[in-house]
Amino acid sequence: MKNTLKILSVALAMGLAGAAAVAAQEVKVGFAAEPYPPFTSPDASGNWEGWEVEFQKAICAEAKLDCVITPVAWDGIIPALTTKKIDVIIGSMSITPERLKTIDFSDKYYNTPTAVIGPKDAKFEATPEGLAGKTIGVQVSTIHQDYANKYFVPAGATVKEYQTQDEANNDLAAGRLDAVQADSITLDAFLKSEQGAACCDKKGNVKDDPAILGAGVGVGIRKEDTELKGKINAAIKAIRENGTYEAFSKKYFDFDVYGG
Amino acid sequence: MAADPGSLVNWSLLALSPPGWGGALLRGFVNSLQIAVGGYSLGLVLGIGGAFGKLYGGPILRDLMECYTTIVRAVPELVLILLLYYAGTDAINQLLTLVGFGSIDINGLVAGIFVIGVVQGAYSTEVLRGAIKAVPAGQIEAARAYGMSPTKVITRVTLPAMLPYAIPGLSNLWLIATKDTALLAVVGFSELTLVTRQAAGTTKSYLLFFLAAGVLYLALTLVSNVFIKMIERHARRGFVEQS
Amino acid sequence: MTDTTTHAMALTPEDLPKAGSFFKPHRIFLMLLFATLVFCVAWFMRWDWLPRYLPRLGSGILVSLAMLFSTAGLGFLLAVPLGLVQVTGPWPLKWAANWFCTIIRGTPLLLQLWLLYYGLGSLFPQFPAIRQSFLWPYLRESWPYGVAALTISFAAYEGEVMRGAFAGVPAGELEAGRAYGMSRWTLFRRIWLPRALHRALPTLNGETVLQLKSTPLVATITVVDLYAVISKVRQETFLTYEPLMLLALIYMGLTGLLVFAFKYFENRIPTRGA
Repeated sequence: MKNTLKILSVALAMGLAGAAAVAAQEVKVGFAAEPYPPFTSPDASGNWEGWEVEFQKAICAEAKLDCVITPVAWDGIIPALTTKKIDVIIGSMSITPERLKTIDFSDKYYNTPTAVIGPKDAKFEATPEGLAGKTIGVQVSTIHQDYANKYFVPAGATVKEYQTQDEANNDLAAGRLDAVQADSITLDAFLKSEQGAACCDKKGNVKDDPAILGAGVGVGIRKEDTELKGKINAAIKAIRENGTYEAFSKKYFDFDVYGG
Repeated sequence: MAADPGSLVNWSLLALSPPGWGGALLRGFVNSLQIAVGGYSLGLVLGIGGAFGKLYGGPILRDLMECYTTIVRAVPELVLILLLYYAGTDAINQLLTLVGFGSIDINGLVAGIFVIGVVQGAYSTEVLRGAIKAVPAGQIEAARAYGMSPTKVITRVTLPAMLPYAIPGLSNLWLIATKDTALLAVVGFSELTLVTRQAAGTTKSYLLFFLAAGVLYLALTLVSNVFIKMIERHARRGFVEQS
Repeated sequence: MTDTTTHAMALTPEDLPKAGSFFKPHRIFLMLLFATLVFCVAWFMRWDWLPRYLPRLGSGILVSLAMLFSTAGLGFLLAVPLGLVQVTGPWPLKWAANWFCTIIRGTPLLLQLWLLYYGLGSLFPQFPAIRQSFLWPYLRESWPYGVAALTISFAAYEGEVMRGAFAGVPAGELEAGRAYGMSRWTLFRRIWLPRALHRALPTLNGETVLQLKSTPLVATITVVDLYAVISKVRQETFLTYEPLMLLALIYMGLTGLLVFAFKYFENRIPTRGA
């Protein structure tokens, strides 16, 4: 019994050491394991496609990193980064002062306004007064949740939180919500879809608040990975300059998502 | 009828090759199976160790095992899964860094097996402990009287004799393991339930995909039941039929 | 699930420590060790978020307990006919009840929950009449779906337990009741149900404790229970260990209270020997 235990523990240690050696070179790219068109969405063969997937491929090629796509649950994505389950977050995560306390970000790689959508037959503005008394759906752990809690809840709205943006959109289409607040591009993609076009339309963009809505979307990196951050920033700059960014963006958008 | 029946029964969505999602569902199902088998086996190993620790170990070992089983039996599986998946794997990495190995990449499958295994281990401990206690004490005393070493007693007398008592409980634990894998969807692991939700979310055919996933799980349960009946019949041969 | 499995999966009154023999020397040493561990955790880890969230944690606990008791109660009410019809009933009902229990017990609860919430939810836009109906305020909320899924699941498992309990009541007692001229309903009310309940009570208690372990799943469909509140804490503070440890601790406390309560009531019910 004692000998078997010794042998087993040595084997386990060797196996782990071997795994450590192999794992050292990869960069695990994390994003939410949900459909988030047009940035990331799964297709039937298990591959992920979308603007952000192309962006990730471009900067990994540019920075010569061996990237591995690793979808994780959105509500645990920052702990997944800090506990080294993933190495970077390329999942439409906005750069906010609150998040900067825990993790670091690269330079922004896109910036789009925040919009509110609602049922076609409802007429209201995307303001605290317009949303008073309404039930708004947001995704957890996002700038939209913080914004809605700060501006709309004091005005008398109720906020319902969902694990994924997709669920919020579905509940809006099902009539369980009066409004959904999220990134304008992903909401546009929803409104263009069959389900979205039938039920809802855009009510407008919300008033900006950089402290909450952030200064754009960046690549999430651990605070201690300064070298990786440098590589990624250089790659972002390079693909902006050499036209790669424009090339794959043209496939999805007819305007420049990089924003101001 | 206001409803469009076509949207409920678009069977092509279930096709095995893309753009049908049937293949993705089956891949998720295989993942679920892998975790269930791995977790169940790990649970059995932990269960055997735990049962022996509880029955034959010293007082401190017995108390530690009691803590282990009490915590797992008192805390919801979902919370345990979160704890083990996030905190547990982080703790392992930190321990390894302390010892000098450097952090390792625990991939999703291994983490899932670890999580299900730890939970199943506590349940198996209880089932096996009950089963071992049901073995007539005289048989074990006789084995010891023959001068068999503890290992021989365990492998030749205790384990085979307790199997018929353990099988109902263990077979239920297998069924529970297959269903607990669905909870890993909450941590983002690509098993059947999460793939179903992704497929349903992308195609908006919710009823179709959730029902299809239900059929897969049900098929697994029914097939398992057939095998369980066979095993139980084999193990209980020679037993007086209990009413 | 068999009795042994229920006992293996949930804490039952037999597991509670017996007062007299608890404080052995090695145990005192272990408890001191545990106390130092608790002190270290409380001192060195970040708990500054706790005061802010205390009221929400309280309401989360209430929601979880409400889910538990309402679904256990409703599920039990549903389980009695399910179990009974599998023992007595005409064969179509028996067959239907059997298949219902098999299907519900053969698929994960999470899948059933999402099927009800998202599957039914996707049907609603296709029937505008539903939105005008009086049910709409309830169909709009998420907790009815949680209650429905948990109730159906509990009923399926308890249906099996009640089936065994009803079948296990000695036939002689039922025959004696009929010989006394009791109608079927009186027989059921006075003899069959109480006797079956008495046999099933320990298992039912264990299953209710198990049901507490299923309640966190409703957080995935936006019901704000205890688990959902702690998820919020995790998302806002990005802490890995502290919120989850507190969550486990609270559930252990709730389970302990439940088991104590069941033990108290079990002791009050008279039993005669076996």
